Amino acid sequence: MATTYRTCPVSGLQFEDQAEKLMRWNAVAGVLWLLVGGITALLVILTRWPAIKLLPADQFYLILTAHGIDMLILWILFFEMAVLYFASSTLLRCRLATPKIAWLGFWLMVVGGIMTNVAIFQGESSVMFTSYVPMQAAWHFYLGIILVAVGALLGTAVFFGTLVVAKRDRTYQGSLPLVTFGALTAAIIATFTILAGAGILVPTFFWSIGLIKEIDAQLYRMVWWGLGHSSQQINVAAHVSVWYLTAAVIFGAKPLSEKVSRFAFLLYILFLQLASAHHLLSDPGMSAEWKVLNTSYFMYFAVMASMIHGFTVPGAIEAAQRRKGYTNGLFEWLRKAPWGNPVFSGMFISLVSFGFLGGISGVVLGTEQINMLMHNTFYVPGHFHTTVVTGTTLAFMAITYLLVPVLFRREMILPKLCQIQPYLFGISMSVLGLVMMGAGTLGVSRRHWDMAFSGAPFQYEWPGAAYLMMGLTGIFGVIAVIGGGLWILLVVGSLLFGKKLDGGKVSDKPTPIPAATQAASAVAHGSDHVGVPGTVVLALLLFVSFVLYYFVNWKYLSEVWLLS
Amino acid sequence: MSAILPPSERLWWKQPIDKVEWAWIAIAFVWGMIMFAMMIYWHIYGKQNLSNEAYKTTPELFAAKAEKFIAENTIRTEKGLNGEEIPVAKVPAGGAGYLIARLWAWYPILELEKGQTYKIHLSSLDYNHGFSLQPVNINIQVIPGYEHVVKMTPTKEGTYAIVCNEYCGIGHHSMLGRIYVK
Repeated sequence: MATTYRTCPVSGLQFEDQAEKLMRWNAVAGVLWLLVGGITALLVILTRWPAIKLLPADQFYLILTAHGIDMLILWILFFEMAVLYFASSTLLRCRLATPKIAWLGFWLMVVGGIMTNVAIFQGESSVMFTSYVPMQAAWHFYLGIILVAVGALLGTAVFFGTLVVAKRDRTYQGSLPLVTFGALTAAIIATFTILAGAGILVPTFFWSIGLIKEIDAQLYRMVWWGLGHSSQQINVAAHVSVWYLTAAVIFGAKPLSEKVSRFAFLLYILFLQLASAHHLLSDPGMSAEWKVLNTSYFMYFAVMASMIHGFTVPGAIEAAQRRKGYTNGLFEWLRKAPWGNPVFSGMFISLVSFGFLGGISGVVLGTEQINMLMHNTFYVPGHFHTTVVTGTTLAFMAITYLLVPVLFRREMILPKLCQIQPYLFGISMSVLGLVMMGAGTLGVSRRHWDMAFSGAPFQYEWPGAAYLMMGLTGIFGVIAVIGGGLWILLVVGSLLFGKKLDGGKVSDKPTPIPAATQAASAVAHGSDHVGVPGTVVLALLLFVSFVLYYFVNWKYLSEVWLLS
Repeated sequence: MSAILPPSERLWWKQPIDKVEWAWIAIAFVWGMIMFAMMIYWHIYGKQNLSNEAYKTTPELFAAKAEKFIAENTIRTEKGLNGEEIPVAKVPAGGAGYLIARLWAWYPILELEKGQTYKIHLSSLDYNHGFSLQPVNINIQVIPGYEHVVKMTPTKEGTYAIVCNEYCGIGHHSMLGRIYVK
């Protein structure tokens, strides 16, 4: 099929015509879902803020269901499809395999997303993101998600196909770039995730139309989390790839060691899925041995992988900066980093918040016994707002500041506001995560409309500190919504009104990636080796915080009733 | 821009790994092993472990067992805020107690004694529910079709609330139960 290739004059990136269109449509669809998710976020926050309590109970649960689906599935999956096409077709400078299939996948995802939202807003499907049986949603709630999953699977297949095209057409030599390798990791995990999702949602759909009589509630939880948690591992692999991408584009940073970074991605493929077991730590149906084995021994290899990336990403930046001469003291490389560039500031806040808040809280939450202190409390959404939001969403927002000029050929409008946005969103969302975890530590439940328990046969008064934490959740939640809204405004505004940029040369043949020259290879390692003492200090700080917080929670646990 | 280009050394897997990176990998690995060992240690020496005892059941079966327990152990009834009579069942010291989770109540009220160990049978008659004992903050998933036998030893006297912390429908927020510890 005839297609053309455009070389971007700003970045030197080469975009194939079909891939470019698909990336744009997927990214725009993602942003629109983020808008719906953001509006529902505001309504959720204003209802959980005890002083405001905006919505009645039925609407609150409806809106909360929509918020979960639109953010966790639709916004992120659409954007990830764009990331997959970018990491394959653009980085490998080849044509996209079977663009028609990619479009079919896109439209399936669109139709499925709308179908599920229709089901939710009709009011008969307020079953939450997790839709635990035997609570039943309308049939099109499940069917919509299945269509989205099938669409995403097609997109993933196109990604794999494109890797084959690049190999066959020899558009690159040697091994895949690290970012593409990371995206490949994400795609492999996605395949597993979607199959697990089909394994549970297809029977659940048949159950909702009366073809299957019963689904075991415990079995549902186990298989569903093979979808629910693994889909978040796609995000981790994708946003870590975006971190490496950002470091490469902004600093020209090369990985400290290709071997270490790739090995860490490989650990994700091998072990991350097993982490889904940590949603079942307080369940009756699994033995303690099963829980300990799945969540610790296996999960910790995945934790190790994240700790490695947490070291090698800033390490790569530090090494690149030191080579440029920022060698004074421990942190000149960081101080002199381009903090006014939202691509960098967003990425770095994402890295720090994901590591210190999301990462540490996730491991503590995933400890078999400690889980009893936090299971289903507000701690859980506190944790995942510092992984999926400050981690994934913020990384995606940051890279968009690069994609708008490069992919959409528009200059960002209001550059001053663009500079502020990552700080406004990243910091408020991080604080939001912290105070949510604080409320959860005090016992406050997630997915709960009324802290005052109106209509209950008894009274229970939460401690004053819990109300304080929920009030702060309200305040920082609103600021975070403003920060996210600002991003949507800036991006959509730039796409509509930004100054048009030159698209660059168009050719009907791809220009392959030039082979690394002998000279380049010679200086690649050893001879130009620089130490990364600043990163070592940051990593040790993370480690000390991790150890302290981990043992503090064992102390908390030792103070509750005895259980055996 | 190497992370977005093929590795400049074709034999990248033969490149040595820097000392600092090895050290960090070793720290991460050892720390993982410590966290792994910690859970096993707590199973042996710790005093807060979630029970492994669980049985498949049905709502009818569990309700019948619980009603029998309530009939035999009710010491008084209490009037709830909505005017309903709720039985208070005193669980025999060292014995078994039953707690039903259903839309939207924890039933009955249980009375326990400090320092005694009880086997509390938990199950749901309809949807998933969440046993969240406050202000102690112990949280256990309650699943229909599964009878979970949790051994509990209260360490302090007082009036405790059981919040439902698994979403169970429109009345979820009104699902509040009670445990007395004398």
